[in-house]
Amino acid sequence: MAEVEINAVSKAFGKTQAVSDLSLTIGDGEFVALLGPTGAGKTTALRLVAGLEQPDTGSIRIDGRDVTGDAPADRDVAFVFQQYSLYPHLTVFENMAFALRAPTRRVPEADIRAKVQEVARLLHIETKLDNKATQLSGGQMQRVAIGRALVRSPSIYLMDEPLSSLDAKLRGELRIELKRIQVDLGATILYVTHDQTEAMTMASRIGVIEGGRLMQIGSPREIYENPINAHVAARLGQPTINLLPATLFGGAPAGAETVGARTEHLAIARGGGDVSATVKRVEHLGDQSHLHLDLAGRPVVTLADPEAGFGAGDVVSLRLNKPLFFDARGWRVAA
Amino acid sequence: MTSATAAHSVVEPTTATRRFAGSLVVLYAIITMIPLAWIMLTAFKSPDDAISYPPKVMFKPSLEGFCNLFTTRSRQTPEFIRSLGPPQGLCDSIARSRNMVVAGPSNYVPRFINSLIIAFGSTVLAVALGTLSAYGFSRFRVPLKDDLLFFILSTRMMPPIAVAIPIYLMYRTIGLSDTRLGMILLYTSVNVSLAVWLLKGFIDEIPREYEEAAMIDGYTRFQAFVKVVLPQATTGIAATAIFCLIFAWNEYAFAVLLTSGNAQTAPPFIPIIIGEGGQDWPAVAAGTTLFLVPIVVFTVLLRKHLLRGITFGAVRK
Repeated sequence: MAEVEINAVSKAFGKTQAVSDLSLTIGDGEFVALLGPTGAGKTTALRLVAGLEQPDTGSIRIDGRDVTGDAPADRDVAFVFQQYSLYPHLTVFENMAFALRAPTRRVPEADIRAKVQEVARLLHIETKLDNKATQLSGGQMQRVAIGRALVRSPSIYLMDEPLSSLDAKLRGELRIELKRIQVDLGATILYVTHDQTEAMTMASRIGVIEGGRLMQIGSPREIYENPINAHVAARLGQPTINLLPATLFGGAPAGAETVGARTEHLAIARGGGDVSATVKRVEHLGDQSHLHLDLAGRPVVTLADPEAGFGAGDVVSLRLNKPLFFDARGWRVAA
Repeated sequence: MTSATAAHSVVEPTTATRRFAGSLVVLYAIITMIPLAWIMLTAFKSPDDAISYPPKVMFKPSLEGFCNLFTTRSRQTPEFIRSLGPPQGLCDSIARSRNMVVAGPSNYVPRFINSLIIAFGSTVLAVALGTLSAYGFSRFRVPLKDDLLFFILSTRMMPPIAVAIPIYLMYRTIGLSDTRLGMILLYTSVNVSLAVWLLKGFIDEIPREYEEAAMIDGYTRFQAFVKVVLPQATTGIAATAIFCLIFAWNEYAFAVLLTSGNAQTAPPFIPIIIGEGGQDWPAVAAGTTLFLVPIVVFTVLLRKHLLRGITFGAVRK
């Protein structure tokens, strides 16, 4: 494991600027998640580190060595793809042994066998080693894909939405397993996702990326509680943060145009709040309910206790509790 | 589930539709098989039965066609034939019954071997070159890619006869006319365009993540191509090889113009098998029947790949 340093890297495909001036250092043993919507440049960033793309400007250092011009094979990185990562013509064992059998590596066959079996046990697929890769379920395939990377001890594991093609239950299970494995191995991981839960639960730091630019990087808590702009704020939190004109409420600081109110910033009561809103719809999720409100013609979504017994057409009053403020261009304004 | 919801599916064909479609296929198969069956029947007829009118469907089978295909014979007087010892094998006795003796082997076997060498040689070359170029076109940013691909395909647009004379003159100058190498190169150049186009489609369908994963795992691009792309392209390669082989095996126009002796293939040789008093139809039919065997064997060996190859895109994944 080693430190990976991305230094002012930019990459364009034709007229599309995929990554702009990206600088990011991933410390030894750190789990960094890049979070952003589709097309934000997350995958390109990962491919640049892997050497599958060459940056237009900037440099990449792994363990202090400049690898900017190196071929993928010479970089000592491992990559887990979103899909298509298993070779359909090989067995699970052969898939996992593939990297170790590379001509440049010359690992003795006995060591390969031992290593693959060790990793297979870690991922609970030791009984599947003789199966063809195509005979596995989606969850098993993705375990094998992760296993293919884990048999090596590279400087860094690069993971491109490895869990996104799985169903919700499996995703939840593998998320916990992956974090456990990362802690056990002390692995350095750069992980790309658009799923805020994955980023929040696994990462030691989250980098929010938007339009090819790294907007903010910090611990999950920092990013959640102190987003530098409305984009970052909108990335995290379920339901999504409500961005409302500051004029609807009193007490906004100077320069604030927008109020960002997450569910914990909104106190709902039957009366006595700052503003009143009408309940349009209630989504029952079981342990809690999504309350869709109409606040002076603007939609507001928040959580409510199902016990509270709100129904469509009810008029409720809202009170803000330490919300976030943003200026006209979306940047954070101190309260 | 009630009977109302168990209604017939709208995507599954009904039994009547299946039977109708099935009988159409069988009918079409019969129509296309009749000429083949006729050739095979003719191969086992005597020369008289072969040209009798109305045509005979029931006849006494004879191996005379095959004997005439593999041998040359000379006419002798009955006295001379009587003076010989007992006939040497079946063909000799058939020939003697027609007042002839076997003079030696015909040119069919050498022509057949030429066909095998030229067709398989050019197929291997065309598929090998086609696979590499198709990979290049599929994976790299090639300048003027679309124009180049169209240009490659355009070589197949004109009839062979249009370029036959220039090629004949060129081949004569550089000493390639009537050589196996010349024919292999010629058929390869014709087939490579087909191979590039077919194989590009197949390779486009193999996700590039596979090679990228291999390249990150410590393989060079070429090693990744061999280890990862080739095994997954076998279906396409097999289908392409069959198409190339069928073309090279059956090619007539170039073969007639550019070969005469050493490198002559079977197609120009078979129709000119002359018997006494005209065309020896049973021998021609026998030659044609045997000529089908290698293609049939090759196709049967690769048929698992071929079926998937021809319907590719529709059934993969």
